[in-house]
Amino acid sequence: MEPVGYAQSQTARLNAVFAALADPTRRAILARLARGEASVQQLARPFAMSQPAVSKHLKVLERAGLVSRGRDAQRRPRRLVAKPLAEATRYLARYRSFWERRFHALDTLLEELQAGPNTSQRHSSKGDKR
Amino acid sequence: MNSGDLKVAARGEREIVMTRTFHAPRSLVFQTFTNPDYVRQWLLGPDGWSMPVCEIDLRVGGKYRYVWREDQSGREMGVSGVFQEVSPPERVVHSEKFDQAWYAGECLITTIMTEHAGKTTVTLTLLYNSANTRDAVLKSPMERGVTASYNRLETLLASAASRRVAG
Repeated sequence: MEPVGYAQSQTARLNAVFAALADPTRRAILARLARGEASVQQLARPFAMSQPAVSKHLKVLERAGLVSRGRDAQRRPRRLVAKPLAEATRYLARYRSFWERRFHALDTLLEELQAGPNTSQRHSSKGDKR
Repeated sequence: MNSGDLKVAARGEREIVMTRTFHAPRSLVFQTFTNPDYVRQWLLGPDGWSMPVCEIDLRVGGKYRYVWREDQSGREMGVSGVFQEVSPPERVVHSEKFDQAWYAGECLITTIMTEHAGKTTVTLTLLYNSANTRDAVLKSPMERGVTASYNRLETLLASAASRRVAG
């Protein structure tokens, strides 16, 4: 890894997390690992995929810091690393809540407008100080 | 109520996509997105901020300008941009640039509206100039005050995370 500024490397990591989450197979792998660690073989089974194909997805997840390898040298079980996932989800949730507040206000406005033209007239003249 | 049906996703490297359905016909929803008298009633800033400026010249090449002001401190956040496509009542494409370089570079926003059975679904696609810009926007809210409800979200997050992964 290149030594980069903290904020910059954080952003780069976040980007790797979002990129990793963009693929449905990788999301499914994470969902499986959320229930407990699993070997590559165990992970490949439900996806009708070859082990190398699963390994490729795992590499992306590992690079994003979402998956780590267990100690058992034989099975090399993969396990979920929850923190970066939680971080990415938290950013999305915060962003979402900011917009949802606006859209709630829009729901109210649309309700008023559909209730009748007089209602909205009254509403908009309230803030009119001319 | 409608709460909970807003979908937000980071798509690809440079996009944020939001989808939301409103209980109103498309022609009316389009009005509320493009008429400044309506926009100022819902395009809220963070808590404690008002919107003293809301100007929209809705035509290709036309400009818009929004300013939010924190009433207590007098601090202002301004944003402006240019309309690149205007097709009422279904599609608008416009650029977005904040005065204070809250994030570096520009964003291109595509708004698409579709109507089914009297309800209108709005899809907003925000395309940033780089992956880093997109993620910087997701990381830092318009104003730190937005994080007041942070702790409450922490609790929601665990379940949201598992649902997202499973979905």
